Amino acid sequence: MTPDPVIALSDVCKSFILHNQGGATIPVMRDAALTVTAGECVALTGASGAGKSTLMRMIYGNYMTGSGRIMVAGLDLVRAEPREILALRRDRLGYVSQFLRVVPRVPTRDVVAEPLLATGTGRDAAIARAEALLRRLNIPERLWDLSPTTFSGGEQQRVNIARGFAYEYPALLLDEPTASLDAVNRDTVLTLIEEAKARGAAILGIFHDAEARGRVCDREVDVSAFAPVAA
Amino acid sequence: MTPLLQVKDVSKYYGARIGCAEVSFDLYPGEVMGIVGESGSGKSTLLACLAGQLAPDGGEVFFDTRAEGLRDTLRMSEPERRMLSRTDWAFVHQNARDGLRMGVSAGGNVGERLMAVGARHYGQIRAQAIDWLGRVEIAADRIDDRPGAFSGGMQQRLQIARNLVTGPRLVFMDEPTGGLDVSVQARLLDLLRGLVREMGLSAIIVTHDLAVVRLLADRLMVMKEGHVVEQGLTDQVLDDPQHGYTQLLVSSVLQV
Repeated sequence: MTPDPVIALSDVCKSFILHNQGGATIPVMRDAALTVTAGECVALTGASGAGKSTLMRMIYGNYMTGSGRIMVAGLDLVRAEPREILALRRDRLGYVSQFLRVVPRVPTRDVVAEPLLATGTGRDAAIARAEALLRRLNIPERLWDLSPTTFSGGEQQRVNIARGFAYEYPALLLDEPTASLDAVNRDTVLTLIEEAKARGAAILGIFHDAEARGRVCDREVDVSAFAPVAA
Repeated sequence: MTPLLQVKDVSKYYGARIGCAEVSFDLYPGEVMGIVGESGSGKSTLLACLAGQLAPDGGEVFFDTRAEGLRDTLRMSEPERRMLSRTDWAFVHQNARDGLRMGVSAGGNVGERLMAVGARHYGQIRAQAIDWLGRVEIAADRIDDRPGAFSGGMQQRLQIARNLVTGPRLVFMDEPTGGLDVSVQARLLDLLRGLVREMGLSAIIVTHDLAVVRLLADRLMVMKEGHVVEQGLTDQVLDDPQHGYTQLLVSSVLQV
């Protein structure tokens, strides 16, 4: 018996319409389809500009989808209400982007603990989990009380990863989680991904690092196949 | 789940000019909605209509009251609406002076809201005022100072304390961070976000600052010339705007 996929896309299409540039319509995705089941890690591949990040954003709901179905943990993102997408992001779908976007002045420890606090974990337990992750990702303890907005690129990336892995989402999107990391931290991140798979998370990621991809990914999906240009 | 606020076809005309036209949306408990648009787009008019400060020319605004469930706030009696605006609603003005009593001490400003809903024990009122001044990061030894002696950022935080002390369920904010310098803005944003989460507040925030809505609002409504041209999830509207005006708005933001 094969389990139902946690993430399932079918017939997904999208165009951008640029109203202030002569109403140019740019088709970017046609008939995209893929599935990710629990405990599986799938890599999106394709040349730069092929639409990997676009597809990830459509699955997270911050890009609109023209038509098709994007099912994530029981919700169709294409037809969902904003509040349903917010609820999905709170307790079922995590996203580690390449950029950290936080309210200035909030201490790193709280930034990482926030997804746990938002899902009802008690303050002490949430902070303890946040601190354990920051320690694993080699963020020095003296920085935990500071806002990550002033950190280096690599440190911000690791704070972002700690935040993404703090709560155990059933579905997780990773946008280049190992970019700009040194060997030790890269290994830690890959171990975190393996642990998430072991607990049953369905993971979809973009990994430019072929070796990392080889270590954690079970399959690859080439998004060039979803290019809208007629062959 | 019942929406906390249901807005149906609210319109307001200033003579022949449109203030806002046929605005409809539902706001659910715990949701923060941003309204953006240029000056004159009707966002403040809409907020004033929703908060009962301006009588719209048409439409309905239903609020899920604690006692009687959904009530049309535009058709309730004036005393009822005033009671609502002292208990379940709060309104944070852009200019703190509009929302504060400048001749009364900081503690009095907070305590007055409590007394308006029946608190009479002086010691308890003062203790609650001190607690709230602390939450908005105003030192307890400033409790007897008048707001005129405070900086602009402190006045704004005092206004927030005065509004939230009675535990409202819906907060209307008109440019809450406008006119404040950026370091104070960041502090206020952090404070508002914490309060929204801890108290489970719903809020409607009017602003023209897209960075503020990205950090504070779950949902976003874009207005132009009195009409809502686009609405949706905040990051979807900002990252993948569909309407020409929103595309222009988003692409016009200067990068720091």
